[in-house]
Formats: sequence, C-alpha cells, structure tokens
Amino acid sequence: MKRVYVNEKWCLGCHLCEYNCAFANSGCDDMVKALKGKDIYPRIKVEGDDKITYAVSCRHCTDPICVRSCISGALSKSEDGMVSIDKNKCIGCLTCVLVCPYGAISQDETGAVQKCELCLRNSSGEPACVKGCPNRAIVYEER
Amino acid sequence: MKNYVIIGNGVAAAGCIEGIRSIDKDGKITVISSENHPVYCRPLISYYLEGKTTLQKMSYRADDFYEKNGCEVLYGKTAASIDPDAKTVVLESGEKISFDSVCIASGSNPFVPPMEGLDKVEKRFSFMTMDDATSLESAITHKSRVLIVGAGLIGLKCAEGLHERVKSITVCDLADTVMSSILDKDSASMVEANLKNHGITLMLGDTVSKFDGNTAIMRSGAKVEFDVLVVAVGVRAATKTAISAGCRCERGIVVNTKMETSVPGVYAAGDCTQSYDIASQTEKVMAIMPNAYMQGVCAGKNMAGSDSDFDNAIPMNSIGFFGQHVMTAGSYSGEVYEEKTQDTLKKLYVRDGRLVGFIIIGCTDRVGIYTNLIRNKTPLDTVDFESLKVSPELYLLGREYCKSKLGGVI
Repeated sequence: MKRVYVNEKWCLGCHLCEYNCAFANSGCDDMVKALKGKDIYPRIKVEGDDKITYAVSCRHCTDPICVRSCISGALSKSEDGMVSIDKNKCIGCLTCVLVCPYGAISQDETGAVQKCELCLRNSSGEPACVKGCPNRAIVYEER
Repeated sequence: MKNYVIIGNGVAAAGCIEGIRSIDKDGKITVISSENHPVYCRPLISYYLEGKTTLQKMSYRADDFYEKNGCEVLYGKTAASIDPDAKTVVLESGEKISFDSVCIASGSNPFVPPMEGLDKVEKRFSFMTMDDATSLESAITHKSRVLIVGAGLIGLKCAEGLHERVKSITVCDLADTVMSSILDKDSASMVEANLKNHGITLMLGDTVSKFDGNTAIMRSGAKVEFDVLVVAVGVRAATKTAISAGCRCERGIVVNTKMETSVPGVYAAGDCTQSYDIASQTEKVMAIMPNAYMQGVCAGKNMAGSDSDFDNAIPMNSIGFFGQHVMTAGSYSGEVYEEKTQDTLKKLYVRDGRLVGFIIIGCTDRVGIYTNLIRNKTPLDTVDFESLKVSPELYLLGREYCKSKLGGVI
C-alpha cells in the first residue's frame, strides 16, 4: 500500500504539513475560516530540534497495536491496509494513545481520537501534507 | 480438518478466532458462550450507562464476524469441565464437544466477599457484563441513592456512568486510596479530589460490615442508607474448567508465552490467565483488554500449528473520570522522575537503566512512546532520556530509529 514516508534531510520544520492536514480535515473550503484564530488539531506533527526535524504521522503498521488494543472496536485495519477510526464508536478512552509507539494518535476537539487516514476520507484526494510540502520532505508512495 | 473449541466469547475468544483463521481457513471452530450476546466491549458498560454508547455500538466486531470466520457459537451454554484424555469439553447441560485443541478464555468472575445481610438486599448488582449494566439501569431512578462497594476501576467507572442518572453515589473501599492496584498515594489523591468535585462521596479505609435491609453499617460504625447496591470488590480468574483439566492454576491459569497451559492441547488466554509481566519480572494476572486480545491471537495461531509468542506483556491502563485522564503502565520501582502541577502528574520509574513504569495524569499526549520503551526494554543510554522525560518525542530515540520507523514499512 502507499504510505506517507519521511525524507528527514529535506524537512525544513516549517509546520505547513500540520496546517494543510488540519485544513483538509476541517470540512471547510476556506483555509482562513478553517484555521485562523483557532486551536488546530493536525494528525501529523513536526518534531525535532535545530539540527533535524521530522513530520510524524500514522505508520499504518502491518500489525497495528492500536487496533489490537482498542477497547471499543473503533479502530480497524481495512483490507487495503489503512488503519482508520470509527468516531461513532470511539468513546475517548485513549488506550490507543497509551500504546501507539509513534505518538501518532491524538484527541480531537470532541474528545474522540483522530489519526492520519491518508486523506482518503476527505476531499483532498491525496494526502494534503504531502501535496503541500514545499521541499518534498514527505512523500506518498509504495515502499 | 482440525477441530477447535473456545470456552468463552469475549475479546480473548475473538482474538483466538482471528489467530486461528490467520493460519487455518478450514478448521471447525466451536465457541461456547455463557452470555447470550455476540462479543462486545465489556469496559464500555459504564459508557452505556452514561449514554456515550449504545448496546449496538458496543459490539466488538461486525455482525457477520462469526459467519465470516466459520464459527459455530453455542449461546447460553457453559463449559463445566474438560477431559484432556478424551479430548472433550463437557457442558453444564451434559453435552460433550470433542476437540483437537481447546482455548480457555473464560475471563473472570466478580468476587463477592461474605457480608452479613447481603442476601437480604433486594437491589444488588455486580458490574461486569452487559446484562449487569442493563439490570442495574432498570433498577435506578433519578431518586436512587447508590452505594458502590469497591473503589477500583470497575466501581469507579460504574460511579461515573451513574453520575447523571441518580440522586447520590457513595463509594467505599477498605483501602485508604482509590484504585490502589494501579495508583500510588499522590496520584490517587488527585483522582479522589476530582471525583469529590463531581459530587461522589468517598468512604475510604472503611467498608461494609453488615447490611440491615437498605442500610449499610460500616466498620467505622457509620451508617449509609441506599436504594441500590453495587458490589465491585474485585474479580477472580475463572479457573474452574482449567482445574478440571489438571492445568496448573495459581491466581489464574498459568500460561507460557505461547499461551500453553501445563496440559498439552489446552491453551488459555485473557483475564483467566496468569502470565509473565516483563516490567516487574513476575507472573501475575493482567486482566486488561489489550492483553486479552493479543493472548487470544497468540493462542489461536499456535492452536493452528504456528509457533507464535506473546512475550512482552505489561500491565497498563488508560482510564478517565469526568475528563481527567489517567495512564499507568509497568511497575513502580526504581528511581523516580516526577513532574507535578495542579492538574497534571508524571512519574516515570527507571530501574537498571530502563524505563519500567509510569503513572501519568492529565499530560497524556503521546504517552505510547514511553509505553514502547518499557515493552522493548530499551536501554536508556541509547536515547536522549533527559529530554524524553520532559516530552515524549520520537526524534529523541535517535536518527537510525526514526529512519527505520518513518521511512520504512513496519
């Protein structure tokens, strides 16, 4: 399956991916309206120091411990390999946050959890973080 | 064609079914289910009372789960014993079911200590199953005064679930603190303050000595009047069938990392088992849902002829009350790193150069990075632990680690 991968040496640490992610998942068609003056809840997170930065998002693990640990049956892995969250079933216990080794699952503004779903469930068409990355530091490809 | 029998129909059983089917698409699987429900998420019963989920949404798997996996489920049937020589499970109804391999996934039963007058209390409940939750729901009104005996995870989640639906809730426990099995004094006092702020009355270091109708007479001499009683003192691993088979049982059914019991052909998984905790390096019952599922998968794969291990189990919990999130893992021994604010607490325990446990309240973002250090027994001199202590971030685990995890298929 195609996943989002990191080329850390190209990452500028500009955080644009975070904004593009939050915008793509906002359901809004105006970026200013979606983001300006609001707390944003991106599903990708830029971390690092002055020497190196990484954009971290869900790895869509082959054997995902979040899915195995989910106590509400809300997380699942589809046949094409994507790990997704059924927010309707999620009760916000955060067990997935407790077990994800990459820190790639977070709480959204409603208290349910959110994670990267490769922009397959919004109108972006392809991962917005990748599309908007100015330096090709994150790519969406088969490896 | 192999013949598999699973005793129990909870999350460990679901894992076992999926484990078997990942190896063997054709074998016959029979599931013995005491409860008249397809597998559901037991920890959600408190969220059901709270109105955050519904009975339908509590299902753990899709409606066609058993059909798709070719399982026959015997609802309302309970296993009485196992004859490992004849390779049969004997049901309470007397029927015999033969197997090539069997997995005991019988979970645990509520432990109700003897209390004088308890049998005369009309509205008394345990809080373990979906049926317990619906019976309790039908017994309460907005005028109910509820007494919960036991301030562990089950008792307190029950209190949270009932909070908006009854007049008052009192929780008592013989221990001096709430959730004494997973919290220390500092962390427990933060949880206690939060519960009290939400109007829940705690009577700690005190428990019921006897019931006089709907009045509980406490050891301290205090009297608590109630309309509805919930007994949530604790649970005991359901080991009856395992004992009948001659499996070695202590506090739970003893299993190795392959989920084999001491009797060949008999496996066990989930809350009924006792297994090795790599954090404390002792054997214990780790009755938590993620372990139940992972043990179930491991047992299933091995029953189907694979050679699978589940060898990095640790106790861990993520539990919240009224928006206050508490995460704990591993064992609380060794050197402590501590950060505390009014609403947050972080305690990390380091022993022999490895992270072995934590208690975290409030600041729960990305805590899985810590959990993973425990499970992998990562030597802390290979990571930037000084920075990690303050903030769990992946890059602090080193360039090579990040390159492999963020640049490859894992």
